[in-house]
Amino acid sequence: MTTLAPTDPGTARQRRSRASSSLTRGSAIGLGLTLTWFSLLVLIPLALVVVSAAEGGWQTFADTLRNPQTAAALRLTVTQSLLVTLVNVVMGTLIAWVLVRDSFPGKALLEVVIDIPFALPTIVAGLVLLSLYGPQSPIGIDVANTEASVFLALLFVTLPFVVRTVQPVLIELDRDVEEAAASLGASRFTTFRRVLLPALTPAITAGAALSFARGISEYGSLVLLSGNLPLKTEVASVRILTYIENGNEAAAAAVATILLVVALLAITVLQLVSRAVARRG
Amino acid sequence: MASRTRAPRTAGTYVRRTVVAVYLFLLVVWPVALVVRHTFDGGTANLEAALTDPVVTTALRLTVVVAVWAVVINTVFGVAISILLVRHEFRGRRVLSALIDLPLSVSPVVVGLALLLAYGGANGALGPTVEGLGLQIAFATPGIVMATAFVALPLVIREVVPVLEEVGTEQEQAARSLGAGGWQTFRRITLPSIKWALVYGVVLSLARSLGEFGAVKIISGNLIGQTQTATLVVEQKYQDFEQGSAYATSFLLALIAVAALVVVTVLRPKEDPDGD
Amino acid sequence: MGIEITGVSKRFGDFVALDDVSLSIPSGQLTALLGPSGGGKSTLLRIVAGLESSDEGQVVIEGRDTTGVPAQKRNVGFVFQHYAAFKHMTVAKNVAFGLEIRKRPKAEVKAKVDELLELVHLTQFAHRLPSQLSGGQRQRMALARALAIEPSVLLLDEPFGALDAKVRKELRDWLRRLHDEVHVTTVFVTHDQEEALEVADSLVVINDGRIEQVGTPDDLYDKPASDFVLSFLGPVTTLGDRLIRPHDIEISRYEQAAVVDGPITRWTRVGFEVRLEVTPTDPRHPDPVQVVLTRSDATALGLHPGDRVWLRPQSGADTVVPA
Repeated sequence: MTTLAPTDPGTARQRRSRASSSLTRGSAIGLGLTLTWFSLLVLIPLALVVVSAAEGGWQTFADTLRNPQTAAALRLTVTQSLLVTLVNVVMGTLIAWVLVRDSFPGKALLEVVIDIPFALPTIVAGLVLLSLYGPQSPIGIDVANTEASVFLALLFVTLPFVVRTVQPVLIELDRDVEEAAASLGASRFTTFRRVLLPALTPAITAGAALSFARGISEYGSLVLLSGNLPLKTEVASVRILTYIENGNEAAAAAVATILLVVALLAITVLQLVSRAVARRG
Repeated sequence: MASRTRAPRTAGTYVRRTVVAVYLFLLVVWPVALVVRHTFDGGTANLEAALTDPVVTTALRLTVVVAVWAVVINTVFGVAISILLVRHEFRGRRVLSALIDLPLSVSPVVVGLALLLAYGGANGALGPTVEGLGLQIAFATPGIVMATAFVALPLVIREVVPVLEEVGTEQEQAARSLGAGGWQTFRRITLPSIKWALVYGVVLSLARSLGEFGAVKIISGNLIGQTQTATLVVEQKYQDFEQGSAYATSFLLALIAVAALVVVTVLRPKEDPDGD
Repeated sequence: MGIEITGVSKRFGDFVALDDVSLSIPSGQLTALLGPSGGGKSTLLRIVAGLESSDEGQVVIEGRDTTGVPAQKRNVGFVFQHYAAFKHMTVAKNVAFGLEIRKRPKAEVKAKVDELLELVHLTQFAHRLPSQLSGGQRQRMALARALAIEPSVLLLDEPFGALDAKVRKELRDWLRRLHDEVHVTTVFVTHDQEEALEVADSLVVINDGRIEQVGTPDDLYDKPASDFVLSFLGPVTTLGDRLIRPHDIEISRYEQAAVVDGPITRWTRVGFEVRLEVTPTDPRHPDPVQVVLTRSDATALGLHPGDRVWLRPQSGADTVVPA
């Protein structure tokens, strides 16, 4: 099972699990080395994206975003990501529910199926979808080169996120509480709405944030499927790539900065949710 | 732990089960099965053609080399940072733990751009300096390794951190009181207790590393026979109307990914064998 | 010799865990650190073991200053409340750990492990994993593991706290007998006064980061230095303006020179004991007084619920004026 819940070391167990509050010399060296590598690999390059967006000046930034092709790409990316996230919230919760509360032959297989989109190379994911929903579709559905193809690709690659964040919470959830609600006269729907849903909300929110962030940033699965038609099926990532290929790094950095900000917002939501959950115990 | 008793089955149970099964069948199972079928359309001809095509084999070899490097780097780095995050208190620990997740939500294309801006040979911020030291990063294997390490970076950490928190420090303290030094404690106590999480993280990283596409496409320059990885070959073959080769290469990549998943799902102990 | 603790202080942020604690623990004895949770007793034990560092002060173990010496170089045996069993190692491997770290010859390690497993009655469990043992067995394993390194002192942090009442009682007796056999300087932390009184040669009562009193169980029970020690070591009630143990009160149905008098307002029988509550008629002492006596005494005195009775301390009973 893939663990997709937010990483937040040190919440309830903070006092017990931390041996010493200060760093020893050995661990200080370790921290220095890992931070150096992390900076070289992640922080400096990402900072340079923001820097080169800023170097182009506000005018370049605004012009880039006002470019009809770029604006359309951003609009499409955000709209489809939101739609997909919405479907995932419903379907992901439902799938998690069936995996935890139902039992039937082949359930173990479903567990593996859920993780396939996560493990499959994105370019292969595109090819996979193309084989059922492309020009040679055996069921006559051809979404290739349409907006629907973007939706479909994002739906595929974001499948595990809500399932895998909701599932562990649902497993830990005490059945007693539901039985208590039922004994107090609540109907099954009322129990779900008033008792289960509030308990699952943080996990669903976390899953939705991950799902949205992934949707915004998707590239590989769209390459073969969507046709990257300007103003029609071109997403933000493809737009960045086009700018890079045209040597317009400032414009590429401008669009990339927007995606970065969205990614940062998503992980901030994750952190806030995990902290709120930790506080609630 | 939730009690194992299940609510009585109602019509809703079967509706939910059916909806989920149909959804997953249409979204995942059927399309994946079709790729497998297309691969074997002409028997094993597609696979044979792909595996004798030097473009494909060179790319596969490069992919494996890159994935191994990226996994080794992420394992060492991941274990070190997990221990620092869980066992030590330092300024900026919370920020660091949040930033660790960043690569999961950054677009691969942005990753590629970022690395290009930093390590591009001609006008990257650090590129010319590094190249002066005789190391070419962009459009070469080191760049592909970095891009791959970047996108798979959180996977080991996300598996190891919760387990480190769960096992606590008592066993480590006991080892210390019995005379074990830092390295002995790590090797004999800490490492065995995070073993399964580490194996799982490594397998996930491996699957992710073999399959990275967008970031590698940008930083590698996609030079056929030189810096082209397996996923890039899939794209190129498909666009060149060599669909047989594209399907066969995809099949190989999917096979490794799914096999890794299945192996780990089977290997991983279901629950902590310890009762408490 | 033994353990000499001088001027030890420890803070966690704003919280003062230990405030200038000095203590001398004699060699070869079984000493209990007793006090309520959060009082600082575990912190003191962990500082002696080197698992925590003190902000100020000095700890000398068997004549050796341990300031700045890390835990792994102190040769201190430590037993944790939750056993801290190495879950991936068999019982025998757990016990052998400290010896293997010290690179002792294989034959010696094996002989020592066999001997210790014998001592803790776990010989037939040598090749099991800790998860296949009961709590009591795991704790005996942890004890054997700590003893294997022939520690200069043995420290136990609430060693029986996680066990159920019956096993706790058994292990307690067993620890006492074990100590009589091996005679290593032993300090254990507990919040259970009965456990401390029953097992230890001497007691150290710690509260709010300070030592309240040090002495033998009899000293502390009979001559408590403060109302805290009195009330912590057993039941206590207020008779007039003094604190006294409920079984140290003389009760009579007939008018006599008494501290308070009043009706018996509550009557509970627990086994061979009778517990009474007497509500004083004197409005200056409105709180009910608890009195404990045996059932046969209650019958001999002809007491019944509702009777008016006169109460005073038995001759020779210790009373304490509350702070």
